[in-house]
Amino acid sequence: MPKNIYQKIWDAHAIETEPGQAAMLYIDRHFVHEVTSPQAFEGLRLNGRKLRRPELTTATMDHNIPTTDRSIPIQDPLSQKQVDALENNCAEFGVECFNMHNPNNGIVHVVGPELGFTQPGMTIVCGDSHTSTHGAFGALAHGIGTSEVEHVMATQTLLQEPSKTMEVRVNGKLPVGITAKDIVLAIIARIGTAGGTGYVIEFTGEAIRNLSMEGRMTVCNMTIEGGARAGLISPDDKTCEYLKGRERLPEGVPFEELCEKWKSFASDEGCSYDTLIEFQAEDIEPQVTWGTSPGMGTGISEKTPVLAEIAVDTDRDNTQKALEYMGLNEGTPIDEIAVNKMFVGSCTNGRIEDLQAAATVAKGYTVNECMDQAIIVPGSYKVKEEAEAKGLDKIFIEAGFEWREPGCSMCLAMNDDKLNPGDRCASTSNRNFEGRQGKGGRTHLVSPAMAIAAAIKGHFTDIREWKFN
Amino acid sequence: MDTFTTLTGIVAPLDRMNVDTDQIIPKQFLKRIERTGYEDGLFFDWRFHNDGTVNEEFELNKARYEGTSILLSRDNFGCGSSREHAPWALDNYGFRCLIAPTFADIFYNNCFNNSILPIKLDEDTVDGLFKECFATEGYELTIDLPTQTITKPDGGTIAFDIDPFLKERLLNGWDQIGLTLRHEEKITAYENAQA
Ligand code: SF4
Repeated sequence: MPKNIYQKIWDAHAIETEPGQAAMLYIDRHFVHEVTSPQAFEGLRLNGRKLRRPELTTATMDHNIPTTDRSIPIQDPLSQKQVDALENNCAEFGVECFNMHNPNNGIVHVVGPELGFTQPGMTIVCGDSHTSTHGAFGALAHGIGTSEVEHVMATQTLLQEPSKTMEVRVNGKLPVGITAKDIVLAIIARIGTAGGTGYVIEFTGEAIRNLSMEGRMTVCNMTIEGGARAGLISPDDKTCEYLKGRERLPEGVPFEELCEKWKSFASDEGCSYDTLIEFQAEDIEPQVTWGTSPGMGTGISEKTPVLAEIAVDTDRDNTQKALEYMGLNEGTPIDEIAVNKMFVGSCTNGRIEDLQAAATVAKGYTVNECMDQAIIVPGSYKVKEEAEAKGLDKIFIEAGFEWREPGCSMCLAMNDDKLNPGDRCASTSNRNFEGRQGKGGRTHLVSPAMAIAAAIKGHFTDIREWKFN
Repeated sequence: MDTFTTLTGIVAPLDRMNVDTDQIIPKQFLKRIERTGYEDGLFFDWRFHNDGTVNEEFELNKARYEGTSILLSRDNFGCGSSREHAPWALDNYGFRCLIAPTFADIFYNNCFNNSILPIKLDEDTVDGLFKECFATEGYELTIDLPTQTITKPDGGTIAFDIDPFLKERLLNGWDQIGLTLRHEEKITAYENAQA
């Protein structure tokens, strides 16, 4: 019987426990960062346990680290303590750790793929919901809680019930100016932030196939924002091409052999899913969120919702609360919303193609004087290096943007990069929750090109009409 | 791990959909390396104004909900970040049971790893509970896990569903790692077959 990719990976990793109980899913790669791991290491210590397979675990620090001069010690003692805890725990338990001075350092979901740790057919977990990013390679990747982090450390398995599967098919060709970010924001705006609950989603269709690996990562990254347990894209030649020559591929296996094995995980022709949702790429506009959950978004040519047009009471209340928090009136044209901050970066849009797209828009322009801050934060040191080799940093700096060291930065504002109450930010990150980027801050999620264009104009603008220099 | 069998407690209503874990415990409280001490950060941005003063309008700040141990909320509770600091903060504050129409996946799992019982009830039932809770000062519910029932102040009962294995775990306070390690030879056999 033809199988989809989820069933294949599940079958290759599920170890039966007892009849009627959750299976133990064997975990091939475990990523760790400083925020969600200290209590897990502590739990191991208290129970006299070790990591079952320390060599399958990789740690990086990303959430707390400064994006300014790293030769200066971290100013916040609590951040320093958490970063130190990770380094000490990794040393004690024999885990490789990329500290903030290591050339491999960066956001965990950027580092994994760029070093080739992330491979098709694998099971991957991390105490971080955006672990779904790795699904772009056809790896089954889950975000987990800290108790589960400890469980994976001690047993190399995760208890799981099989999920239902949903195919999200994006047909047709993407119009010029529309990016992976717009696809995924449009999907979430349609299915809602709980639309994928209980499901693993596989993204299929011509528009998904045509995306680069980095674009595919952007789509899978935000799967969790649609409530799904994981997002997957079947591996193909593009996947192999991306991984070719990466540092951490298995040694001693000819690449062709690896590639064949990887591609064997792709969904079979004629396989089935529990649910299908279809989109037409040509219908997707550049997206901007107007509210306080990633599903509250719309196209650049649209307006914020009109309350009287919402039929269901709870939805109307919810919309009203969101508009109030965002300081927006109902029925406001999206392209009239003015911003005073901009953030390009995060595990959603902090890779080289994102920065390249941002630079193409920025070239020859200047940041609008209404902007209080506009920062560009590469996803990793490797991304930073590559961007500088291409001269992108110069374009940004000349245009008045700040060029930073890598890290999570203003995606969640655990370091000094944060919004002040009332600030309005065009952000390429993945969450526009109340206070996510700083208490009282207002976040609008957009693609890198749309963020840069907003910083230059001082308000959102349709990138399809941009004059490139 | 603590066990969970029965609980009688005051119900606090949080009448919002999509309560996300950033809201339950904002990032500035994620820097601790312990599992305790998160109670002051719970719903921080709602409990306090930007200038640091107490937001008297927020339900949890009202005297009538003091000592609450049951939280009532709407759809998709616990969405967003996987941070287990969210159930820790709820637990540290005193919540042992959560009631909502739906919960986000990761959060739901995290609750069971912290002996918190998340109960899913259909939307109409939840709506009814909200109405009664708002109307009655000191509104209490009794949760009985062995019989899977909720008893209301008027004596009426509501049945709820729960996975039998998760129920056993809560009743016995079983540590999941210990349970899994009973199957260690199966894990070893799997590893050997891959090598
Ligand atoms: S960039 Fe943002 S979403 Fe990604 S891992 Fe860091 S904090 Fe999480």
